[in-house]
Amino acid sequence: MTPLLQVEGLSKSYGAHLGCKDVNFTLWPGEVMGIVGESGSGKSTLLNCLAGHLAPDAGRVILDTRDKGPRDTVAMSEAERRWLARTDWAFVHQNPRDGLRMNVSAGGNVGERLMAVGARHYGDIRAQASDWLARVEIDAARVDDRPRAFSGGMQQRLQIARNLVTGPRLVFMDEPTGGLDVSVQARLLDLLRGLVRRLGLSAVIVTHDLAVVRLLADRLMVMKDGHVVEDGLTDQVLDDPQHAYTQLLVSSVLQA
Amino acid sequence: MIEIAGVGKQFVLHNQGGAVLPVMTGASLSVGAGECVALVGASGAGKSTLMRMIWGNYRCEEGSINVAGTELCRAAPRVVLELRRSTLGYVSQFLRVIPRIPTRQIVAEPLLAQGIDEDAALAKAEGLLERLNLPQRLWSLSPTTFSGGEQQRVNIARGFIQDWPVMLLDEPTASLDAANRAVVLDLILEAKARGAAILGIFHDADARAAVCDREVDVTGFTPTKEAA
Repeated sequence: MTPLLQVEGLSKSYGAHLGCKDVNFTLWPGEVMGIVGESGSGKSTLLNCLAGHLAPDAGRVILDTRDKGPRDTVAMSEAERRWLARTDWAFVHQNPRDGLRMNVSAGGNVGERLMAVGARHYGDIRAQASDWLARVEIDAARVDDRPRAFSGGMQQRLQIARNLVTGPRLVFMDEPTGGLDVSVQARLLDLLRGLVRRLGLSAVIVTHDLAVVRLLADRLMVMKDGHVVEDGLTDQVLDDPQHAYTQLLVSSVLQA
Repeated sequence: MIEIAGVGKQFVLHNQGGAVLPVMTGASLSVGAGECVALVGASGAGKSTLMRMIWGNYRCEEGSINVAGTELCRAAPRVVLELRRSTLGYVSQFLRVIPRIPTRQIVAEPLLAQGIDEDAALAKAEGLLERLNLPQRLWSLSPTTFSGGEQQRVNIARGFIQDWPVMLLDEPTASLDAANRAVVLDLILEAKARGAAILGIFHDADARAAVCDREVDVTGFTPTKEAA
């Protein structure tokens, strides 16, 4: 089996300030990896480098692309990277407003993605958009409503539909349950888990919520001050943390 | 099916002055197909620690843990994940689930993760829940509000829904009434009969006598003060 993503020596700094330093990992098809760490630990910098939003200073990000096999997304042209960002990977932002077009209908938000990869038949696009809205549990009656009329949880589910409609194999998520009420979080977690399983997706999820990673991620990477201090199976890192920082993190969680 | 040799473990508590706690040394045992072995020893002697090292949520740094031909000591996450998907089942004492997911879905999940048809998986889940006397009106509810005994039966149904070649059972009969205890013991005997290798912790001596072929006392694996 070919790894879906191989990250080698990835580093990024902002002038004198370190973003992330010498990150290495291999993600296999179907795996969900969580990245945890406090604010400023470099987890979002890393995610943005992986997704091509930021240019790393050093390192390689080798993606097993659908059409051309393993390719280094850091070294390719901007146009090529943008194409892959529509076809091969998806990015779910913490704030749905960053990932949605707020003045376009729910159906249009999903359909737009299909048109960006070449779909032209209106009937097909609308049918696929409706199918995806149903999969993320958005009522068909709301297909023509604009996302600003939706609740936060619905907006987040719409963002997920918009991202997954083009059939990516890899999804990057930045605090996907971040601004949501706990009851809405649970529903979103269940939805994400079902989609990952049914579609065989791989995912990299950045979060500060250890309960979220325990339920969603197979593997876990812990970051502090730009460095990966520990990684392993999610339940192993949480139940038997090795690094001083991870021990502190795990023991600091309030028991509900 | 389970071969453990020379396994040792210590915890280093970095935030408590770097205290080093040796908890296990020289642990060795083996469990064959169709055999059920009980771990015994006083509370704190290391029964659960050893189980967790086999399941992989405790890191093993010393010795060898081989399950169905796969070495788990220092194994990469994907090796452990694959083993958990295909070979190794675990009934723990705690039920950890996403809130609001119906009980029957939680029980069916190991089968769904294998890509088994949803209707077939749910039907099998319901069969097990019925056998474990969990009232039908609870099947569509999340188990987060269930009583301890009800949660334990959900855990057991989930653990036995797949015909795992190797099983780890952590107190499977705890907090169950006599009727349900008998059902669980039957499930264990059936698993043995189909050739499963089972390693378990049973505080209930009668349960142990009913299903286990041998006992392994983990007190022999507890580090002495001098060694520490």
